[in-house]
Amino acid sequence: MTENTENGSSVSQSRSRENERIADILPAFAAVLLGGFILYGVGFAGADVLHNAAHDSRHAITFPCH
Amino acid sequence: MFRAIIFSAVLAGLVGGVTATVAQSVRVIPLIRAAEVYEQAARAQPDISEIESHDHAEGHAWAPQAGFETIITTLGANILAGIGFALLITAALMLHGDVNWYRGLLWGAGGFASFALAPAVGLPPELPGMAAADLMGRQAWWMGTALATAGGLGLLFVGRRPKWAVVGVMMIIAPHLIGAPHVNAPDTGLPPELIIEFGIASLVANLLFWAALGIASGLLFEKLRPAP
Repeated sequence: MTENTENGSSVSQSRSRENERIADILPAFAAVLLGGFILYGVGFAGADVLHNAAHDSRHAITFPCH
Repeated sequence: MFRAIIFSAVLAGLVGGVTATVAQSVRVIPLIRAAEVYEQAARAQPDISEIESHDHAEGHAWAPQAGFETIITTLGANILAGIGFALLITAALMLHGDVNWYRGLLWGAGGFASFALAPAVGLPPELPGMAAADLMGRQAWWMGTALATAGGLGLLFVGRRPKWAVVGVMMIIAPHLIGAPHVNAPDTGLPPELIIEFGIASLVANLLFWAALGIASGLLFEKLRPAP
């Protein structure tokens, strides 16, 4: 009996841990996407205004520039 | 949770961006200004007019005025880059292991290796007017190298399986076997010492940038993430 309850609680624990894991992955994925978008704008986007504004920063952070 | 990541990454980006701007102002920015003097001089010579083709287009689009405006736009760009990289660090902190300043520093070290050191092996940090290959090709190689190195380091240190570690090492080496795009633009006569000094100075500034970003990301996300 005691064994069964222990097993049952460990199963539900591991399941809730799995749910937590999934709840973590989505926001982390969204953060990576947003980070990539910002970095593209700062480091790679071709628009002259963006290039000129970020010029020194692009060179300093060693992005390829012009 | 997403709000906590954003808030933490924005603050960490501010810390990293300010640190980077201070670090760059010691040697990096003065060297960029010095290189621009050579670039202008080379452009004035009619026989190297091809340099015109990868001009900044400064005359056409808005550009910050030298001095205060340049400092502000550079600070802004450094902070934005800091926020972008801090978002990556925070996502990594969340998905693997503990969240504290030391873990943040370790992820920051990984970021430095992936986004600064590995691309610099094939594409030396560029000064204005440096002879260089086609921009699109360099950007593609830079991005590919950064992603492959980050993925490879992840497999090496997070994967914990010998098979994955071998794949990780291959991913780190592969971009350098493929090789960075070759130079096809004329040299503008930058002294080699300037290029070497810039390479060292920019890597040192980047190291401080990533250390600040990593530590700040770890500390801030530890405080700001929702309690489990």
